[in-house]
Amino acid sequence: MKMTAQEYARRVKKVGPHSPLGTDCLWAFGVGGGICLLGEVLRQRYLALGLEADLAGTLTSCTLIALSAVLTTLGLYQKLAARAGAGSLVPITGFANAVVSAAIEFKTEGRILGTGAKMFTIAGPVIVYGTLSAVVYGGVLWLLGG
Amino acid sequence: MATRRGDTLIFSDPPVIASHAAVGGKKEGEGPLAAGFDELRADNSFGQSGWEAAEAELQLRAARLCLKKAQITEKEVSLVLAGDLQAQCTASNYAMRALGIPYAGLFGACSTMAEALGLGAALCSAGMADGLLAMSSSHFCAAERQFRTPLSYGAVRTPTAQWTATAAGACLLRPTGPGVGIRAVTFGRVQDYQIKDINNMGAAMAPAAAATLLHYLRDTHSEPQDFDAIYTGDLGHVGSQLFRELLAAEGLLLKNHVDCGCILYDAEAQSVKSGGSGAGCCAAVLCAHILPRLERGTQKRLLFLATGALMSQTTFLQKESIPAIAHLVELWAPKKEGTA
Repeated sequence: MKMTAQEYARRVKKVGPHSPLGTDCLWAFGVGGGICLLGEVLRQRYLALGLEADLAGTLTSCTLIALSAVLTTLGLYQKLAARAGAGSLVPITGFANAVVSAAIEFKTEGRILGTGAKMFTIAGPVIVYGTLSAVVYGGVLWLLGG
Repeated sequence: MATRRGDTLIFSDPPVIASHAAVGGKKEGEGPLAAGFDELRADNSFGQSGWEAAEAELQLRAARLCLKKAQITEKEVSLVLAGDLQAQCTASNYAMRALGIPYAGLFGACSTMAEALGLGAALCSAGMADGLLAMSSSHFCAAERQFRTPLSYGAVRTPTAQWTATAAGACLLRPTGPGVGIRAVTFGRVQDYQIKDINNMGAAMAPAAAATLLHYLRDTHSEPQDFDAIYTGDLGHVGSQLFRELLAAEGLLLKNHVDCGCILYDAEAQSVKSGGSGAGCCAAVLCAHILPRLERGTQKRLLFLATGALMSQTTFLQKESIPAIAHLVELWAPKKEGTA
């Protein structure tokens, strides 16, 4: 054909509708911020109940994870995420969604090789590189005598 | 018999599509072509416990409906040519386990229906099959979990992404008799224009569609305006525009182009982004929309050009570009009784 691959690549860039960056950012900001605000409200509630700061923080994370798991099971979290994008992906609720959605999806392949093995297909890299980053950070801190 | 001109097989006595059936899921039932389907189910599980089994059931229903409409039994079918998107074509394999007809599995990704029609027409024309089923299917949920992410995983679909149809189409081919005629077939050559974006299949497949159409037009000395319509399979809105631009660069202005992926859904209202896709998309549009139009005589002569992206999850992760293919069949309205 007459059109070269280079010319075609230029056309593809031009033709393809681009993601509405402004709207996407606003959604991500609103929903992401909203989830963080909910976390802060929860933390303040736990503190008001007389819990220590460490425990209140841990309980806040646990509550958000549980809430995300329930919403994922009910099929609601992905509806929010279809609009919110990074806003619902980055907070801890997004991590819970990644684990729970895979656990549900692959249960037809059995508890061990389905749910058990595939639960971390999406979340796995986050854990691997999160741990690696922690090791590097810890090493740097140790070298600096921290 | 058939004669060969370039890449194109031309049948002097065209084999016919004696009957056809289309089955779809919930979203297809909410789309503009719902009225043409033979069966639509609001429950995408089709009464099965897994999505893979649901797709096998979907294909089985299409096959049985097609045979019922032709008023024949499984025993009178000499061969089934079928395919789907699942690994090792399992939807077709498991559907065929229930039917017990001689079967040859095909894989041409979303081009499978045209591939099956082309091969089926050649076999019928050569007298090697009488009563041949050509069919293909796809299932949104089975495709998502195999190629993308779990269904309940939260992610934003890009504007160029397409929606895998939950649908199946089946056609019964005969060497002669009443029905839409398969006049010619062009089997495509693999094209690769270095597209690597798995969310822009339309862009990967458009060059394959253009290349096959150009081969066909050259082989048969035809012009695009000789046809009532040129239907492409599953390029979507983005791929369709690129397809027309590729042909414009060849000096061809396409005014009668329709894409199956663009008409199965209302892209805006049904949030399917660039349109429908999947091996069942163009198969169902063919059986629910295109063939009925030819039978009614609304259209007399058209081209059905189905495209397929031939990558796998593994090659995609290894950063390979996406090769694509397109197969073409030329369809004629049934001959009126009393005419030659």
